[in-house]
Amino acid sequence: MKEKLVLIGNGMAGMRTIEELLKLDDEMYDITVFGTEPYGNYNRILLSPVLAGEKTIDDIMLNDEQWYIDNNVTLHKNKTIVNVDRKKQRVIADDGTEEPYDRLLLATGSNPFIIPVPGHDLPGVISFRDIHDVDLMLEAAEKYKHAVVIGGGLLGLEAANGLMLQGMNVTVVHLGDVLMERQMDAVAGGMLKQSLEERGLNFLMNTSTEAIIGDDRVKAVRFKDGSEIVTDLVVMAVGIRPNIELAEKIGLHCERGVVVNDTLQTFDPKIYAVGECVQHRGEAYGLVAPLFEQAKVCANHLAKMGIGLYTGSVTSTKLKVTGIDLFSAGDFIGDETTEEIVMQDAKRGIYKKIVLKDDKILGAVMYGDTVDGAWYFQLMRDGTDTSDIREGLMLGQAHLGDSGHGGHNAAAAMSDDMEVCGCNGVTKGCITKAIAEKGLFTLDDVRAHTKASASCGSCTGLVEQVIASTLGGDYSVSEHEKPLCKCTDMTHEDVQKAFKAQHLTSALSAMKALDWRTDDGCHVCRPALNYYAIVAFPGEALDDPRSRFINERAHANIQKDGTYSVVPRMWGGVTNPSELRAIAEIAEKYEVPTVKVTGGQRIDLLGVKKDDLPKMWKDLNDAGMVSGHAYGKSLRTVKTCVGKEWCRFGTQDSTAMGIKLEQRTWGSWMPHKYKIAVSGCPRNCAEATIKDFGVVAVDSGWELHVGGNGGIKVRVTDLLCKVTSEEEVIEYCQAFTQLYREEAYYLDRTAPWIERVGLSYVKEKIVDNAELRKELSDRFVESQKHFQTDPWAERATGGVETNEFIPLKKI
Amino acid sequence: MANWIEIGTVEDIPKLGSRVVQGPDGDIAIFRNSKDEIFALKDACPHKQGPLSQGIVHDKTVTCPLHNWKIELDTGVVKAPDEGCAGRYDIKVEADKIFLSI
Repeated sequence: MKEKLVLIGNGMAGMRTIEELLKLDDEMYDITVFGTEPYGNYNRILLSPVLAGEKTIDDIMLNDEQWYIDNNVTLHKNKTIVNVDRKKQRVIADDGTEEPYDRLLLATGSNPFIIPVPGHDLPGVISFRDIHDVDLMLEAAEKYKHAVVIGGGLLGLEAANGLMLQGMNVTVVHLGDVLMERQMDAVAGGMLKQSLEERGLNFLMNTSTEAIIGDDRVKAVRFKDGSEIVTDLVVMAVGIRPNIELAEKIGLHCERGVVVNDTLQTFDPKIYAVGECVQHRGEAYGLVAPLFEQAKVCANHLAKMGIGLYTGSVTSTKLKVTGIDLFSAGDFIGDETTEEIVMQDAKRGIYKKIVLKDDKILGAVMYGDTVDGAWYFQLMRDGTDTSDIREGLMLGQAHLGDSGHGGHNAAAAMSDDMEVCGCNGVTKGCITKAIAEKGLFTLDDVRAHTKASASCGSCTGLVEQVIASTLGGDYSVSEHEKPLCKCTDMTHEDVQKAFKAQHLTSALSAMKALDWRTDDGCHVCRPALNYYAIVAFPGEALDDPRSRFINERAHANIQKDGTYSVVPRMWGGVTNPSELRAIAEIAEKYEVPTVKVTGGQRIDLLGVKKDDLPKMWKDLNDAGMVSGHAYGKSLRTVKTCVGKEWCRFGTQDSTAMGIKLEQRTWGSWMPHKYKIAVSGCPRNCAEATIKDFGVVAVDSGWELHVGGNGGIKVRVTDLLCKVTSEEEVIEYCQAFTQLYREEAYYLDRTAPWIERVGLSYVKEKIVDNAELRKELSDRFVESQKHFQTDPWAERATGGVETNEFIPLKKI
Repeated sequence: MANWIEIGTVEDIPKLGSRVVQGPDGDIAIFRNSKDEIFALKDACPHKQGPLSQGIVHDKTVTCPLHNWKIELDTGVVKAPDEGCAGRYDIKVEADKIFLSI
């Protein structure tokens, strides 16, 4: 006999919980859903576009009635639960339907707040909450001319905009002097008001409603100052209140909302609650993202897995009101203890304000250009010390020259055919269409369905903006608070700590010890776990080839046609005639179709068949060459200029230094690819200032630079320090490299790692603390003892993994 | 009538790994998962013909090495939200020997 689960409230939060539950276990419960509205579950966020005539009700259905049938969920639509007998565990609907439950889920949502002024119950006075309200508004727009919207918040402005687009003359009445004052400061609110006025909306600010006048229908609204305005329709949009009527009636503990704990349980342990009706740690949420986070945790407990706690959400608001990009998060007003950075360009319609306290972001409000909203939000959530990046903070994350999305930074200004994601050719129209048709809510959903921002990721901010401007409300979770992958709830940081604390020495044992949800992990977590194991316990950890991406398993770069490329190491970019002759002969022998000089000063042999790899490697080994690791999350190359040996400007022997560094660091595995360069003078011909570790020789010694990269987003290095001796260059290089290897998350290059922890932190460990620097450097040297073996030789002649390259059989 | 061809033993294929059988109509990827189940798929992802034999195997799935499409090992069907199907072949194990039918 299956247990019975009853859901009261057929809305987004409740149904999301059911969907999450079915994903975890679709056998556990008989599920029954009661909904007051006569529909399936629809996307309430998209009511505004329905009102504006851009979408139909069918467009915004999330679970139509067929869905309930297909998933064996019983739906009682048009039925309101009026009582719950908690002793007998039964719910009772207004039409007398009764249903027993073993567990009950409350998701009664919220009610619009109606100001109790005289006349508030006249026909023609409505709220903006459900499909019924939208129908009433559309009906009114056909028959009547004038509308008044009371409330200049998000919902009110969206309603006003919709009614205006339906041809009505709309006046927005607002109690305060700033529109959307919970999301905007006075300047941004003023810009918004001006822009909306230009589009045809009228505003009455600082205006308090006294009465609604009319006999059988609303005729006018009278204000406290005695003035009146004629109208045929009044929309009350002054806020929402958690709907706790039923919960209070059945004696559940309620304050502003139904009080729940971190597992979304009410004070009756058989009754759970999610969504806008709940109050969790004193907060009630009205945005979709926190509701979905609650749904996930609640489903987990309903499925009796008993892991996962909901600890509250930090929300940001990133809204679209009639094609205007807005973003706000945190405390964007500030007080006498805070500082602010402000940028305003009235002509371009751009305003940004960041509020800081002790160099940490407390809040931000942006208008017009919100592409960096997600970045500020992340810095805010992480509590990142921004003193190192203060100069560039206002200019945004991309100010150093971003590529990939055509320089667009305002989604609202883009037309549907403009490309958002340059890697995968995804237009704005593709994204908005997928969101509407497939019912997508999050960046992950959009990535999975459209591939937008799924490759290089440089357009992530823009994609988030498009999601926000389509859905009207959005949130972002900072990267490292996210679970490592779908197989676990642990973050990269949790996992790194667990490896050390529990002495985990392989990816497979880690998955067991850390209660992975899947038997074998996935292509995301296995390589990460394998890396964390070998970096924590070099020599001891089991390096699992099956947990490595093919490039690192085959020690060659897979190409789009399934062939491979071979890049022999060329120490410091220096070669000689005999090496070149050998490469030429090998290229001919194996009929290599393309020979190319790489950006890292070596030679790439492209188009090699997999079974030729070991033979080619043997020939290269015989000519004295080893693997260049051009395929791995590892030390790639050390690029050099010719230095003082030849160059008339050279101040030090940069080539020799480069070779020394490469000999020390080759073979080391990293969180991501890692490049070094050494320039012989500040002219910097080796481009050392866009490398992970860059050395620039000056007359008095060596400058050490860190955290640079070319590529998707060019980032110039930060100066770490200046040293005078060669030994110091080597020790600092090894120490920095080891700190990065131990602390960065897998697949973070040095740039995002340094941006996360701050340059000051790195300096503290590497420059200021000689003891720690030596320890790090020593640990690197120790680790290298285990990894400086040529993987090509091991496979070509050493008998390692030979099966990898041989077909099982020919038939 | 299925024509079973012996192609090797279970031990020839690494756990959570794959080996290639060169067939008359192109390569066939033979997979072994952590439960020692054996599967055979056409060694070409329906997306851009990536060699599935080079992907990471987890549970009953292989992730294509080129663009991370996920393909079900027992059916060849691509996991949502991507769509498509890599051809599958009948395969059986008898006394540790693997037989393929093409």
